[in-house]
Amino acid sequence: MIPSCFEYHKATSIADAIAKLQDNEDAKLLAGGHSLLPMMKLRFSEAPYLVDINGIEGLKGISIDGDTITIGAMTTESELIRSDTLQQYCPLLVEAAKLVADPQVRNKGTIGGDVAHGDPGNDHPAVMLALDAQLVIHGPDGERTIPANGFFLGTYWTALDEYEILVAIKVPALKSGTGHGYHKLKRKTGDYAVAGSAVVVEMNGDVVRDIRIGLTNVAPMAIRAEAAEDLIRGNRVDDVLLKAVEKAIVAACDPAVDLRGDEEYKSHMAAIMARRAIIQAIENAKE
Amino acid sequence: MDTVADKQKREDSLNGVGCSRKRKEDARFIQGKGNYTDDIKMPGMLFADMVRSPYAHARIISINTEKALALPGVHAVLTAADLKPLNLHWMPTLAGDVQAVLADEKVHFQYQEVALVVADDRYIAADAIDLVEVEYEELPVLVDPHKAMTTEAPILREDLVGKMEGAHSTRKHDNHIFNWQAGEKDATDRVFDAAEVTVSQDMVYHRVHPCPLETCGCVASMDKINGKLTVYLTSQAPHVVRTVVSMLSGLPESSVRIVSPDIGGGFGNKVGIYPGYVASIVASIVLGVPVKWVEDRMENISTTAFARDYHMRGELAADSNGIIKALRVNVLADHGAFDSCADPSKFPAGFMHICTGSYDIPVAHLNVDGVYTNKAPGGVSYRCSFRVTEAVYVIERTIDVLAQKLGIDKAEIRRRNFVKKEQFPYTTCLGFELDSGDYHTALEKVLDAVDYKGLRREQEEKRANGELMGIGLVTFTEVVGAGPSKSCDILGVGMFDSAEIRVHPTGSVMARMGTITQGQGHQTTYAQIIASELGITSDEIAIEEGDTDTSPYGLGTYGSRSTPVGGAATAVAARKIKAKAKKIAAHLLEVSEDDLEWEVDRFKVKGVPGQEKTMKDIAWAAYNNVPEGMEPGLEAVDYYDPPNFTFPFGAYLCVVDIDKDTGVTDIRRFYALDDCGTRINPMIIDGQIHGGLTEGYAVAMGQEMPYDEEGNLLGNTLMDYFLPTFVETPKWETDYTVTPSPHHPIGAKGVAESPHVGSIPTFTSAMVDAFAHLDVTHMDMPHNAYRVWKQIKALGLLDN
Amino acid sequence: MAKQAVSFTLNGKTVDVLVEPRELLIHTLRENLNQTGAHIGCETSHCGVCTVDIDGESVKSCTLLTVQTAGSDVKSVEGMATADGLHVIQQAFVDEHGLQCGFCTPGMLMRAYRFLQENPDPNDEEIRWGMSGNLCRCTGYQNIINAVKTAAKNLQQA
Repeated sequence: MIPSCFEYHKATSIADAIAKLQDNEDAKLLAGGHSLLPMMKLRFSEAPYLVDINGIEGLKGISIDGDTITIGAMTTESELIRSDTLQQYCPLLVEAAKLVADPQVRNKGTIGGDVAHGDPGNDHPAVMLALDAQLVIHGPDGERTIPANGFFLGTYWTALDEYEILVAIKVPALKSGTGHGYHKLKRKTGDYAVAGSAVVVEMNGDVVRDIRIGLTNVAPMAIRAEAAEDLIRGNRVDDVLLKAVEKAIVAACDPAVDLRGDEEYKSHMAAIMARRAIIQAIENAKE
Repeated sequence: MDTVADKQKREDSLNGVGCSRKRKEDARFIQGKGNYTDDIKMPGMLFADMVRSPYAHARIISINTEKALALPGVHAVLTAADLKPLNLHWMPTLAGDVQAVLADEKVHFQYQEVALVVADDRYIAADAIDLVEVEYEELPVLVDPHKAMTTEAPILREDLVGKMEGAHSTRKHDNHIFNWQAGEKDATDRVFDAAEVTVSQDMVYHRVHPCPLETCGCVASMDKINGKLTVYLTSQAPHVVRTVVSMLSGLPESSVRIVSPDIGGGFGNKVGIYPGYVASIVASIVLGVPVKWVEDRMENISTTAFARDYHMRGELAADSNGIIKALRVNVLADHGAFDSCADPSKFPAGFMHICTGSYDIPVAHLNVDGVYTNKAPGGVSYRCSFRVTEAVYVIERTIDVLAQKLGIDKAEIRRRNFVKKEQFPYTTCLGFELDSGDYHTALEKVLDAVDYKGLRREQEEKRANGELMGIGLVTFTEVVGAGPSKSCDILGVGMFDSAEIRVHPTGSVMARMGTITQGQGHQTTYAQIIASELGITSDEIAIEEGDTDTSPYGLGTYGSRSTPVGGAATAVAARKIKAKAKKIAAHLLEVSEDDLEWEVDRFKVKGVPGQEKTMKDIAWAAYNNVPEGMEPGLEAVDYYDPPNFTFPFGAYLCVVDIDKDTGVTDIRRFYALDDCGTRINPMIIDGQIHGGLTEGYAVAMGQEMPYDEEGNLLGNTLMDYFLPTFVETPKWETDYTVTPSPHHPIGAKGVAESPHVGSIPTFTSAMVDAFAHLDVTHMDMPHNAYRVWKQIKALGLLDN
Repeated sequence: MAKQAVSFTLNGKTVDVLVEPRELLIHTLRENLNQTGAHIGCETSHCGVCTVDIDGESVKSCTLLTVQTAGSDVKSVEGMATADGLHVIQQAFVDEHGLQCGFCTPGMLMRAYRFLQENPDPNDEEIRWGMSGNLCRCTGYQNIINAVKTAAKNLQQA
């Protein structure tokens, strides 16, 4: 398993990275590399030019300003897990990051890479949908910020234009009465999810004022379970409602068949993971 | 004056049999100084990589190597056409078949070897294989072994068309390899026809791969000036490899040196002789420089040595009390495209006839048919003696089915049918002589340890609440230590093993064996045997294996044969030395041998305190003061041909809790009691059992090699192929009884494979038990969450 | 492809290598620098036998380009023992029988080395999660867990 030849450039700035993407046909960004390099070793991907964006000033780090947390795209999974800020104000990201791959891979894998790769099996896209994250993108025409909702268009396909780079992610800090949950079913450590679900709820007493449910690896891209959200919004959650929610989630899924399971199993597992994440999120909102 | 304490102190200082001596081999591994095949570098060494078929069955129309040869740094591209003039494009297998070294006109399985590229380094070689252009014409693919012998099945082996006399039997079909039977068919059928109760259960023992962390590889180095071929190779049987290489190449065996350096796990994957080895050797002979070939993980899982793939039916006839009257087993064996099983020559289905298990069964019949399919060849023993895992699975599963049908507890039905302690040695109706055993004691010890009755009560409560809890129980008997040369040989070489021990003048020891360690700790445990036999501390005993230039001929390490055969040879060789030492001691003490007695590390004159010679004294004398007529020196060789196999046994119990929502299984408890006879090093035994249980867990709960209809292997990376991590692996509880083998010099039986053999049916037993109240009698492996959930759904257990 | 000069620190010594951009660190360590402790097992970043320590973190060196390590501080198993003898963790692996064939051991040791700095007093569960990027086929992990616990105790007493 040896990659084919390519040129390598270590970018010195975001502008430099964008310029190199523009100047070199089929160039690819190298972030943590733990999705890209295995694909290149298997020669599924043969990028002729890699732009390494590790070490660019300003692409790393977690900060909080008022109600908004900003996370640099090159922040690693391990850094997410270690972050006191996230632990306090966005535990969903911490919990999800802990379930990504294994310790060594989390030391290299980045949140930006995970989001921008467009792999439906990655964990952060569903988390981004549940958090209603905003994605800060730099391109040849400058900076733009777009919602995560609508960013994921298909397998390895996102709203990023050619030559654009995801530089930061903005998520709202956890408010009182808000709760998070992430559940993921996988065959073993290091595997992608059979199905996963990220949930954010805003409670008003026992009533769910608002809810967002993101689903991992049960469609060509991470998706919101909007029909299920509609069933819950404005209601108290009980077993009867959860049964209906599960059905709505199964109906929303369109998973690929592989060794992890067939459509039926994966869709049902998405529903089970969502149910567990909803219950967890509501519990957390009470604390 | 010696005291009891002093004697004990001397005994302890030997670090001999029975102590948990720390491992001698660890020092190099913990420093990163292990020397594995891929660590070996030789001057001028080139690197080989294999062009492989993307198709499972296709005719090769053409191979164009021009572009690859034009790539700078590429030295050669070998194809079958290049090997043909040397008659090396096919090679004999250990099972009496032939296998293509490089595909000759046709490919028979996906990833089959088509061409070998040799280049300056592995990067250039990887680029070059992409440049070899092969044109294929796809042919119909045979994946399902049940369709292999139908009239519409495509014929796979054109080289065998019309050759209906196979290596083991007449062939019934061009895709048939052999039929093998044991026992009495008519007598068995008669018992079944008249029986009060019969059960029949179909089961698939799925195809899996041993998957050691180190893949297979070699460095072949032909020195054309001195005519010597040296091959460093990941082999569990280097001496056999030398014999085969000599026969293939025409080089005298003395001009072939095979070295098994450190081996990163074998588990049966490294017994066979693979096309990559042969092609690399040819490349080195052609080019006159060393050539290294090392598989990547996908090549390893896809091509070198699968295990199992037995499609079985187990049937029992019994009376209404559950006393077994007869056993019938039918097997369809999928051997893939070439029969390259590594079994003793006379046993194409290995020791499948151990399928009578631990039970006193009056009559039985076993029928096995082997067939070709468009899958990778293999059929190796994955951490087990030859097909013993399959045999134990079929009997343990079927007896559970019988218990279920009769409403008898699965512990009770075993009690009723066990071979009793006083019946040993016991000859089974399929011809094995079980050397020793005490099955009742083992079972009761386990049941007491886990509070079996309490578990059953808890299960009743859980079932009433709609929860799924299962209790698995297995009482297995293994057959290991192949084997007596009257029945066991590989390529005509009897399956003895050997030890050569030299005591130096200062009383330290160098010993060499015909086996080869792959993690079992031979350098530690063989020294313990010698220490106890000779009274020399094991710290002064060096053990060497794996270099055919220096070690005595042996058949290697697999099938738990090192302790039963190699360990026996070691003890016997040591005893030969001790016998000579006694003569020297008598000479030194000027008494008759009859006046001497042995105590720990010395010969003493009976009844005369202080008149004694230690083994160290005797060793020195052996080089300067031997009795007249005796040759000097103190060494011995033993080629040990075992009188019988050994039969380790055990009782395993497993408790599982199944999440009905997801099908995820939690192994709550696993209790493993093993009886391997005399225990040489309890620490190492426990380690071996932990490892074997973990590999058993992997096979039962997740490992699989599924093929699609086109013969594509799905899941050949460690993303898909299940190797459990720290997180998934259960915590193991171990226990033991000791029932020594009566025929082994130190009573040891071998242990490393029992936990794999025994645990796999235990997991299935537990899984089925969770659903047994719903009349489920069997579930095929692997018991991954997906398959279990399908079972839950089929039973209507989902909350809806 | 033109080779590039890369310098980094390996076990405290500066090394200079000339590599193609595509060269993986594991190959540079093993073939260029003759440090064959770290091994190659799966090549898809699942098994961890290639684990080394880079700038204070455990990394799978089969999934890192050598050019990416320019200026880094790399530690491998060869740097664990000192003139004074074995590292406490190495000794614990021997004492607890935490290895069999030895192939996973260098990666396992390097991960344990870093893990015990991340969590100096771990319980069994934390060890299982913290070491979950390293596969072993021989030991069933139980004795490795014991080794890590023993090492933790001995490191705290040291």
